[in-house]
Amino acid sequence: MTREGAAAEGVMLAERVFSVKKRFLAMYKKANAGHIGSALSCAELLVLLKFAWMRDDDTFVLSKGHAAAALYSVLAEANVLSPSQIDSYHEDGTELPALPPFNGIKEIPFATGSLGHGLSVSAGMALGAKLSRRQSRFFCVTSDGELDEGSVWEAALFIAHHKLSNVVWVVDRNQIQAIGRTEDVLALEPLDAKLRAFGYYVIRVDGHDFAALLAARDECLRAIETYAAPVAIIANTVKGNGLTYMQDTVDSHYLPMTDAQYEQALAEVTHAHALTVNRSRNAG
Amino acid sequence: MRAEFVRAMLALFEKRKDLVFITGDLGYMALEGLVEAYGERFVNAGVAEQNAVSVAAGLARAGHLPWVYSAAVFTVLRPYEQIRNDVCLHELPVKLVGNGAGYAYGIMGATHHALEDVGAMRALPNMRLYLPLVATDLLPVVNAMAEDPRPNYLRLGLSAKIPGEIPAFAAWRRLKPGRSAVVIGMGPVLQGLYELGRPDLLDELEIWCVGNFPLEDIPAELSLSIKEKRRVISIEEHYRAGGLGEALSCLLLMSGVLPEPLVCLHAAGYPSGRYGSQRWHLEESGLAGHALASRLEQLLRA
Repeated sequence: MTREGAAAEGVMLAERVFSVKKRFLAMYKKANAGHIGSALSCAELLVLLKFAWMRDDDTFVLSKGHAAAALYSVLAEANVLSPSQIDSYHEDGTELPALPPFNGIKEIPFATGSLGHGLSVSAGMALGAKLSRRQSRFFCVTSDGELDEGSVWEAALFIAHHKLSNVVWVVDRNQIQAIGRTEDVLALEPLDAKLRAFGYYVIRVDGHDFAALLAARDECLRAIETYAAPVAIIANTVKGNGLTYMQDTVDSHYLPMTDAQYEQALAEVTHAHALTVNRSRNAG
Repeated sequence: MRAEFVRAMLALFEKRKDLVFITGDLGYMALEGLVEAYGERFVNAGVAEQNAVSVAAGLARAGHLPWVYSAAVFTVLRPYEQIRNDVCLHELPVKLVGNGAGYAYGIMGATHHALEDVGAMRALPNMRLYLPLVATDLLPVVNAMAEDPRPNYLRLGLSAKIPGEIPAFAAWRRLKPGRSAVVIGMGPVLQGLYELGRPDLLDELEIWCVGNFPLEDIPAELSLSIKEKRRVISIEEHYRAGGLGEALSCLLLMSGVLPEPLVCLHAAGYPSGRYGSQRWHLEESGLAGHALASRLEQLLRA
């Protein structure tokens, strides 16, 4: 891709993620719900996958189900979910509960929320596609705290052993799990070395920078072509990214927004978006 | 039952090619034929049952018919949440196979026995259990499971050796008539009734075998027998909690068929803290041998 093309794609993604963030912030505010930090840490990742990587026959699994609002917002951005479905988020009788449900929404193949399941079901679907000689790919975003679960490492072994290069595993490495920092609770680092030792082609990338993420995508595609190895992207992110009052705190996992915080969040997200677009345009 | 199960799986693969057989690294001197026949559709997922079950769910979502094989205790209990969430919640046709249920692993000890597998599986939504009794059950059971769109659990043990003609596998089948009490059992533990060396006792017992959970409605013939004989004895190689006796008592109560008394014979666990063969544990639990004979005598005299 040309430099101009990459810049244009970056701007498109920036517009998408701005819209996605505004939507899920409104959802969280209306629902008076938490997990805002978890959605903000993976928003760019989900937007990259949906709008700059996945094809129609690819499948996405949000293993860190607690960021469901980000997933719903991305699906609304892609016109998969309707405004009225989004409006019902978190309410009695909704199709969109706080964690991804199983209720026939094709883009949500598995209900998640209990951590440590998504990578395995992705591996199963990927093995199924291989056995059926289908070219479809499977994208799974896990959290980092989720890596405490033994089942994740069972899946990691399985994917590597079976060379399931049709699985792309993205770790949202925001450094914070439910009630502590990952390195204080159960240290994960050096995570890239661990995954390399398992047999993965590992890319560590700024998970909020679309230029870097697009380069990581291209590197991934080349690696899959060249090595036929499974790929893991460790996306360095910030929990609650962009919201100065909550970012990089445990609170951002739990607390809903006050009216003032919501206004501040919208202002900060809008300001950051303007800066990003300007920077991308100048780069192009 | 394991050899017959493997033969049935080989026969099934002749008919349909969407099967995937996953083992949790068990099946020495048993699954080798499947390895050869299934080729890339045979997967040893390693000693990693949680991943194996979720992988099976993913395979089922992708249109395949996965079977997951391990020792019953490892098939059911280690990946219980994966069975609950990824399989049952999504109503995916994943076929779980537990070998060596009950005390079948004998002297291997308590960590290898499965005495709560039925209760655990019964509690799950959309799950249908298959409990074969004799070797000839395996072919129809495997075929029925392949046609069953629900998640299933197959409880394997050592095939029972029961004299006389055994009716074809069914949700309920009467194994023999009897004079004064109705016995309802599940799986090979029923063999113990025929091995007491007490034809006088056996003549008293009308014996029924259940093949599935959830229990299907009580057949009219059984209902009549219970109304006539009153005395009902359930027998199972499983703890009482969640087992046949509990399921049966609920069904009888709901059907208005009230036995007097209902006696539940079930696994007692490890009351002496000592270990032995399957037979030894069954005798210690009063599910075989002299202990069973004297229990039955007592009940029939009452």
